[in-house]
Amino acid sequence: MSATAAAMPKPQSKPKTKPARSPRPVETADSRLLNGGTLILALFLTVFVLLPLGAIFLRSLYDRNDTFVGLANFATFLGTPALSASIGNSLSVALVSTVITVILAFLFAFSITRTGMAGKGWFKAVAQIPILAPSLLPAISLVYLFGNKGMLRDVMMGHSVYGPIGIVLGEVFYCFPHAVMILVVALSTADARLYEAAESLGAGPWRRFWTITLPGARYGLISAIFVVFTLVVTDFGIPKVIGGNYNVLATDVYKQVIGQQNFGMGAVIGMVLLLPALLAFVADWLGQRRQMALLSARSVPYVPPKSVWGDRLALGYCLLIAALLVGMLGVSAYASLVKFWPYNLSLTLANYDFEQFDPAGWGSYANSLRLAAWTAVAGTAVIFTGAYLVERSAALPALKLTVRLLAIVPLAVPGMVLGLAYIFFFNAPWNPLNGLYNTLAILVLSTLVHFYTVGHLTAATALKQLDPEFESVSASLKVPVWKTFGRVTVPLCLPAILDIGIYLFVNAMTTVSAVVFLYSPDTKPAAVAVLHMDDAGETAGAAAMAMMIVYTSIAVRVLHAGLGAWLGRRSQRWRAR
Amino acid sequence: MTHLHLDSIVKRYDSFTALKGVSLEVKRGEFLCFLGPSGCGKTTLLRVIAGLDPQSEGRVTLDGRDVSRQPPSARNYGIVFQSYALFPNLTVAKNVAYGLKLDRAATKARVDELLALVGLPESGPKYPGQLSGGQQQRVALARALAPSPGLLLLDEPLSALDARVRGHLRQQIKDLHRRLGITTIMVTHDQEEALTMADRIVVMNHGVIDQVGTPDEIYRHPATPFVADFVGAMNFLPGIAGEDGVVHVGDARLHSNSDLAPGAAVTVCLRPEDVVARHQNGANRIEATIEALEFIGPFHRARLHAPELGSHRLTADFSANLVRDLDLVIGGRLPVMLPRERLRVFPVA
Repeated sequence: MSATAAAMPKPQSKPKTKPARSPRPVETADSRLLNGGTLILALFLTVFVLLPLGAIFLRSLYDRNDTFVGLANFATFLGTPALSASIGNSLSVALVSTVITVILAFLFAFSITRTGMAGKGWFKAVAQIPILAPSLLPAISLVYLFGNKGMLRDVMMGHSVYGPIGIVLGEVFYCFPHAVMILVVALSTADARLYEAAESLGAGPWRRFWTITLPGARYGLISAIFVVFTLVVTDFGIPKVIGGNYNVLATDVYKQVIGQQNFGMGAVIGMVLLLPALLAFVADWLGQRRQMALLSARSVPYVPPKSVWGDRLALGYCLLIAALLVGMLGVSAYASLVKFWPYNLSLTLANYDFEQFDPAGWGSYANSLRLAAWTAVAGTAVIFTGAYLVERSAALPALKLTVRLLAIVPLAVPGMVLGLAYIFFFNAPWNPLNGLYNTLAILVLSTLVHFYTVGHLTAATALKQLDPEFESVSASLKVPVWKTFGRVTVPLCLPAILDIGIYLFVNAMTTVSAVVFLYSPDTKPAAVAVLHMDDAGETAGAAAMAMMIVYTSIAVRVLHAGLGAWLGRRSQRWRAR
Repeated sequence: MTHLHLDSIVKRYDSFTALKGVSLEVKRGEFLCFLGPSGCGKTTLLRVIAGLDPQSEGRVTLDGRDVSRQPPSARNYGIVFQSYALFPNLTVAKNVAYGLKLDRAATKARVDELLALVGLPESGPKYPGQLSGGQQQRVALARALAPSPGLLLLDEPLSALDARVRGHLRQQIKDLHRRLGITTIMVTHDQEEALTMADRIVVMNHGVIDQVGTPDEIYRHPATPFVADFVGAMNFLPGIAGEDGVVHVGDARLHSNSDLAPGAAVTVCLRPEDVVARHQNGANRIEATIEALEFIGPFHRARLHAPELGSHRLTADFSANLVRDLDLVIGGRLPVMLPRERLRVFPVA
């Protein structure tokens, strides 16, 4: 080194004292609050997700007399032709429904994202109609149209709608919005530069579709296929109403548990139902990670070109689908107002006098409202706070990881399996929480957990968009975390919070799969009442109650839109850039 | 005198070590810059000081108090981020008042005082979204200063702004520092920013401090080839040390103040503006040809080929004045001198 450099002070002085090793930050009110909150959430998810799933798994290894039999139940299941036939039935119905749904949904999503068709926003909204209704409703409508007393029975040409045909038709209606949502997202993420490059190289529209559009949407397609397949295999409402003698796994669970009180076998079928859901979960997870990578920050958004005939074709197709969706709803709406289908079509409100069909009467509707309100309020609070703790707080990383993992699990658990798992876990005499059994609370908790993941992901996405340094700044200003949470985080995330609340409310109104195992006479929800009335042959009453659920969902959606607009105006001052 | 003392700070992440034993003393009232390329650990070090990402090993002493295990709220500093991190749903006045624990009237007075200080006296009722980037950063500065912290931490505060606003805000931050006398640590990757604003610069590379010094020391006497390269432009010539400070570069014998042992492989550094084309009365005079001459604005940058130095080209900056006077043209011959006292010789690692 040269003389001048040597004269410089040494850049690094050697430590004179032994440095403090791995200093653990001292506890503060903030860290206690954050760690405590995250710990409570981790315990909550363990008790209400993990342990019940463990219970159903263990139960599948015991027989009716609570003797450990290992895998004998599985062997019996496979060895009983009546039961194992359900596997084949479930698979074939799911396969056919998936193919039809995904093709229809792809064309619909393509029209919305890749054409210059008018009314795209409107069609996107109409595609969501089936979500507002319990899955029982399309089945009821199909019975009215093609059933024994159906108006269009002749169209069936001697085939019965009670069976695979009816199930497939119902499932296509029920699964359509889920497939559309996924495919719209997949098709929206297009890079215009690829299309320009292809066009400049002389590729025609057909070639561009096969080489750019389809490969670009492939992860969305895979995800949609798995999601629809899982929904069909695990759906219980449609095959229950219109399946006739055609047994599928989901109805078998119900029959084994409710009909024959054979809990061990119910648990076995539940474990089997978990398989496609787990598979879908993994496939979706892998697909989503890749989908992200497809669109880089430098991508140029694709603007669909105007094409007169193409746009007309797309519009025609979407109008047809929209008519079918609205029509399906309309049939039940109309039938619920008719005196005696199809012989006396004069209008009446008599079918809405539920007490004549079901002793619970309007009470079950009130139960559903209570269930939905509690789920929406408590669920939103728990889910959003949880996502905040995981995404933004300085809580212990191990705790955060636990919550993050447990929050994703419910997505892979079908409602029926969750309901069954809750019976095994919370009805057990040794469980200190078995006081929950037969209460509204357990319905709220099971519904909250059933729909936890989507809410969590919504909240996490919103929270990730906030400036990463808000918490750092408030810590440097010595403001407690809860204060910044209330003054900044929550107000900024209000639109997402509202979305979560509405999602939970509507799903709590329409769900039947988990609660069907958990309700008591005092807490029977409306969707279960629909099931019971249909079972008892009171189809008109069932249709009327199903429509009450739909009307409520619509009302809440409208309220949500109004609230969202009001919020938008209120926050416009600071959102405007 | 010492405001902040860092002792052997180590910060480890899962797979790599971001800080490898950093020790540093920060004097009360000084303006210090952490300078280095991205990934050198400068922001990590700032976050260690702030307590936002606590160190894996080592000790942080603030005002003589060991705060190594203290959370951010117990450390008494204000911080400003590149992203401003203003709360968008609160007005400018409420943002500035966020950390104040005074009664209503005193809060208002303090907020007004700070907004005046950063030159935004009328902006209190506005929302951050209604301000320009430079104005938002000034609000962030006011918010950080409001509770009168002992230490001000600035994490690349000017990087998100365009060049003109940056120059203006640079001046304003410097003025604020002079007026308030608050100890300030700024992280930057912009050497010009560091040279113009800092009292002392800490040059970092790969998780260690390469050099601490005043801007003048850093520029004129870089302690390592890395510092020489990172701050300002520099010629690097490979050579072999000889007797009495002589360095052999190609066929040339260059005199320097080096005291390295003869035979050692060395790198000779010389700033382009230190290449002398006039008044060449001294040692280290070599013949060169002008290969390229680039107009930069205030000066010309020349690429010189000197056969004596071997295949390495020499970059030299000449004032417009000199280019005119000497009638420099591409292809022209030009004898230049490499001043002995300006040559810096480093051993090759």
